Order: sequence, then structure tokens, then C-alpha cells
Amino acid sequence: MYLSTIGRRDSGPVSRRKLAAVGANVLALGSVSLVTDISSEMVTAVLPIYLVLGLHLSPAVYGLVDGLYTGATALLRLVGGYLADRVRRRKTVAGIGYALSAVAKLGLLAAGSSTAAIGAVITLDRTGKGLRTAPRDTLITLSAPESVLGRAFGVHRAMDSAGAFAGPLVALGVLGLVGSAAGTEGFNAVFFTSFCIACVGVLLLVLFVRDRQTPAPATGSVSLRAAFGLLRGSGVRRLLLAACVLGAATIGDGFVYLLLQHKEDIASGWFPLLAVGTNLMYLLLAAPLGVLADRVGRLPVVLGGYGALTVVYLLLAGPVSGWPLLVLSLALYGGFYAATDGVLMALAGPVLPESLRTTGIALIQTGQALSYFASSVLFGLAWQFWGAGTATVFAAGGTVLAVLITLVLLNSRKATS
Amino acid sequence: MNNRTRVLIAVAGVLALVTAGVVYVGLAAARNRDAVAAGTGAVTLTPGPRILFRSTAQSDRGHIASVSATDPGGPRAVAPVSCVRVYAAGGTGLCLRQDSGLTTYQLVALDAQLADQREIPLVGLPNRARVSASGRMLAWTVFVTGDSYNGGMFSTRAGFLDTRTGEITGTLEDYAVTLDGKPYQAADLNFWGVTFTRDDNLFYATMSTAGRRYLVQGDAAAHTVRALRENVECPSLSPDGTRLAFKSAVDGDPARGWRLSVLDLATNAVTPLAEARSIDDQAAWLDAHTVGYGLPRGTGNSDVWSVPSDGTGQPRLLIPDAESPAALG
Repeated sequence: MYLSTIGRRDSGPVSRRKLAAVGANVLALGSVSLVTDISSEMVTAVLPIYLVLGLHLSPAVYGLVDGLYTGATALLRLVGGYLADRVRRRKTVAGIGYALSAVAKLGLLAAGSSTAAIGAVITLDRTGKGLRTAPRDTLITLSAPESVLGRAFGVHRAMDSAGAFAGPLVALGVLGLVGSAAGTEGFNAVFFTSFCIACVGVLLLVLFVRDRQTPAPATGSVSLRAAFGLLRGSGVRRLLLAACVLGAATIGDGFVYLLLQHKEDIASGWFPLLAVGTNLMYLLLAAPLGVLADRVGRLPVVLGGYGALTVVYLLLAGPVSGWPLLVLSLALYGGFYAATDGVLMALAGPVLPESLRTTGIALIQTGQALSYFASSVLFGLAWQFWGAGTATVFAAGGTVLAVLITLVLLNSRKATS
Repeated sequence: MNNRTRVLIAVAGVLALVTAGVVYVGLAAARNRDAVAAGTGAVTLTPGPRILFRSTAQSDRGHIASVSATDPGGPRAVAPVSCVRVYAAGGTGLCLRQDSGLTTYQLVALDAQLADQREIPLVGLPNRARVSASGRMLAWTVFVTGDSYNGGMFSTRAGFLDTRTGEITGTLEDYAVTLDGKPYQAADLNFWGVTFTRDDNLFYATMSTAGRRYLVQGDAAAHTVRALRENVECPSLSPDGTRLAFKSAVDGDPARGWRLSVLDLATNAVTPLAEARSIDDQAAWLDAHTVGYGLPRGTGNSDVWSVPSDGTGQPRLLIPDAESPAALG
């Protein structure tokens, strides 16, 4: 598979308007993600309140509990990806991931007020998330015809973020039904309902998601040596490099919202609402931009997404402010996610050999996540030394540079020669 | 397994899980309803030898209550007012309570009869509440988190209300910061745990940046804060204004817990208090020689303890099933 085939594509006979064109398996995976995200965002929404008001932990302790899971999942994602390829059971590995996260919800009930136990439970939850992401994305690439992969990922991501959107509302509903949120009773009810919903996700996965049984690859083609060999292929290497470069162009949501909040002088930090606005845009645009990527090529859409990100940074650094700017920034930021998150996977999938695709996807996602982590740390330092305005202008410059480098790395015409 | 069987199993499974969820929520709601009780007795904030606190008892959880300072184990007066955090001084109370919504709260200024004087909406979890000795300045700390999309970042915001002018300072992050004698700026500035001095202008607070936590002195009129020393959190000024009770992370590492100490502002001498357990609270001076603090017990419960401020003696259980203590006398 050469990179030329991931560029511009003619709409084949499979490209019908209907969502169903992406295939039942993608819709099943989307439903699993939707239900699972309701469950996990329910907990995410109430966890700070539970820890601080319910258990009387201070914010610093919350930071410790929360920081535990950032590092732990990167390596596990790679291990999970390789394992899924090795045993050729992506569904099983993804299922274990979903099940671990479900069990973690019960763990929160059992952990009581022990900080160590809560930290362990949250790590378990993140482990599950780390394990399932790459096999799930691989299943999507194997379930839809290549010509509609953009749409398939778009539909999946839209369903996923719809769940994330609904989660906090469901949690709010449960707390409302139980009554005063002052005691721990209400939180326990949220954790238990979250567990039940997570179990529905696992049930849907087991019953309705099909693992495509690919013919057994030649012996030795799925080994550690072969996995490392992935990097020897110029296509995969370029893709990984591009993912790292693009990851380094993002400074992180926390900073974007913080900059917006400073600029617009938003009362007492409506942080949650900023994320809600971004997520709503992501939800609305993911599928249409996926379809667009199938029409005009995935690379232009990804790069267009980073173009939107550049504009967001420039808006944040610029002198203009006011509500229209806030809305425009959030819309572009949500658009950035919609144009890049799923579409990048749609772009990467076909380049990776089927026998090692989960490993490859895990590698790309991990590379992107690690370089994103490094760049957010650097941005924090830049803010400290140069001030927010200058640091943001640098970030915008970095995004333009990343787009150019990615264009050179992945330009289809050059890559095929 | 054919499709029909699959769908049947799915429907049965989903029904079973939904039933389990609904039953659990219903039982929790029923238990919770039993716990809601009306207030008994009169609670006022007029200065006198009483200690105000927030009850964590099953029967009146969340209600504000008071006991006699000379007989803290004796009968409690429970008010119909509920708060998440409470403090009072000089006949003025500060109650942080939940609004409708997950992360929206109200900051309520109370008069001596617990009537609402002013309500200010807040976003974020109420973490600390303090009232200056005169009752003029109301200071609070809220804890703001995003969701999983911001990568677990969180921040604390400290603000205050000048009840005389009505002016609200929403956050200290806009103040000019001096650290190590030099102007300082950073994205990760966080403030918490404010305590005002008698002049109702100078205050002490905690500032954190780059993983370190500092004691700062602030000037509300000049909009400045100046870092004084490291690893001092949640300062609480003694009634005579000469000492600060504070918590400090063991070996500078919050993961190892906090110890209570007292800093003499004239000599800079630090006296560790006799409380050996980890205390994560902004201590309150109960009199010139004693500090009180909440200590969580189990999930959702807490007791108020006291310990001498000179490092001698032993911690003493002062008020069971209580937190957020404030001496009214």
C-alpha cells in the first residue's frame, strides 16, 4: 500500500449518503463508544466534587490522583496493540479494556476514602482506556471499505462525543434524583449507574461487534522483530514522524481554555462550558468532515484542521476580544478536533499492514500523545518566560511549521515516486 | 448465535442493568430523604463564647450548627441553613452552598440572624471560607476543574468580597506578583487559603507555581502579592495578629500529607504543633492559645479537633460529626 492511494479518491459505488454505508460493525463500535463514554464522563464530571466535597481531599491531592494515569497508559497502549495483533483478536483485547473500565467504576464504590485505592482504581480505568483504543480503531479500519474510512471514523467519533456530551447530564440527573449532593450517597449512586451503563457497553461489544478473521499471516510476520520492522518502512516512518510533529503543534485544551478565560475575563472560570462548546462542535462536524476527507483527500482535511488551530492561536494572541471571538475560537477549535482526530486514523490505517495494524495505530497514537505532552510542558515554560501573548504567537508559528513539515513528509505525489 | 438471539440477549441484559441502576438510585434516594431534618434551636452569629460549625451528623448533615465554647460536647443548636463550607466573625457569616448544577455554587453573605444579605454565583468547588475579624472582608477559595478534555488540569481561585464597598475581587491571578524580590508571571499561578489582617486590607494566602507552594502577603488596595516563604499553606492569622497557623507538606511533598505548625511573624520561628496526623484544612483559632481543625473520618464524616498553639499538649476531640469550625467569641 502506497501513500498515493490515501490522497484524492473518487467516490466509488459504496459512497452513498446514508450513514449505513459505513457498515454495521462501525455503527456497533460507535454504539459501544457512545454508551461507554456516557459511563466514563459521568464519573469524570463528579469525581472532583466527590474527592473534594465528599471525601474532603484538597485540590493538591486531587492533582496527584489525577496525574497518576497520564504516564501509565502510553506503554500499555503499545503492549495492548501488539498483543491484539499477535493473537489476532482485536475484539478480545478491546473487550478486556472496556471490561476493566467497567470494573473500575465498582472499584470507586469499594475504595472508600483511601487516596491510594482511588488512585489505583483510576489507573485501572485509564489502563482499560489505553488497551482498547488501538484495537477499536483497527477494527474500524477493517470494517469499512477504504474509500469511506473517513466517514466511518467521522461517524464513530461523532457517536463517541455524543456519549461524552450526555455523560455529565446523566450524572446530574442521578444526583438530582438522590437529592442533596452533600453526602456520599449521591456519588455512590452515580458510580453504580455508571457501572451498569459500562456493562451495557461491554454487552453490546460482545454481541454485536465482529472481529474480522483475517487469514493467518505468514509465520514470523507478527513478531517483535516485525513490529520494530514497521519503522523500517518509509511510509510508516513518515506517518509516525508526522504524527509526532502534529502532536507537538498542540499545546493542550487546558491552555487554550485558560487563554480564552484570561482574554475574555470570563467570570470565575466557566472552564467546563468552554469544553462543552468545543465538544458540541466536534460532535456536529466529525461526520461531515470525515465525508469531506473521503472526497477531497484525508491529508488536506487534516492539514486544514491544523490551519484552524493556527487561527485559534492567532485569535488568542490577537488584540480583538468579545463574545463573537469566543464563539469563533471554540467553533474552530472543535472543528480542529473533527478534522484531525478520526481523519488521521483514516489516513494511517490503510498504510499499515493488516497483520500489524493495531501495533502501528498504537505507535502513532502514542507518539502523538507523548509529543503533545512535551509541547504542553514547553508552552507552560514559554508562558512563564515570555508571557502569554508571545508564547501563543510562537505556538501559532509552530503549527504552521508542523503543517509544512507534514506536507513534505506525507505529500502523496512525492511519497509514491 | 443468530441475530434474533443476539437482540433478545441484548434486550434482556440492558433491562436487567437498567433495573439494577434504577433500584440502586431509588434506595439511595430513600435513605437520603430520611437524613434531611429541619433545624432545632436558634443559631446566631452575634459574638459570644460559641463555636460555629457545619454538621456532618447523619440526622442533619450539611446544616450549620453551634455549641458552647466552654462545653463543646454539650447540646448543639442546629440552624435550618445548609452550607458546604461556613465561617463567621464579627457578626457576619460566609456560607458556600450548592446552586442548581454540578459545578455552580453560591457564596452567601449572612447577617447575624442567618438571613441572606447577598448572593454571589461561583463556578468551582468551594474549598475554603474565611471572614475577617471585623466581619467586613469575606474571602473564599474555589477549586475549578475542567473535564477529561483538559488533561486533568485544575486550578484554585481565591477571591473576596468587601462588604462595605460591595466590591468583589474574583481572583488574585491578576495581581502583580513578586517572587524572590522580582516581578513574576506564569500560567500556573494558583491561590488559596486567604486570611485577612485587622486592617481589612493586608492579607496572607497561599500561592502555588511551578510545583512549589508559597506563603504570600497581599495588599487588596494595591493589587499586589509578595511571596514570603516556601511550603506554607492555608495560613490562619491569630486573634492578636502576631502568629500564623498553617499546614505544610511533609518534606515539601503533598503526597506525604500535611502537618500543622505556627509561624511567629516577628521572629520567623516555626513551632510544629502536637497533632501528628495529616491535617488538610485551614485551621481556625478558637482562642489566643488554641487552634481547631476538621479531620475526615470515613466517607463523608468529619470531626473537629483542637490542639494548643505553642506545640505542647495533645490534640483533643472537640466536636464530633463536625467540620468548618469558627469561634464566634
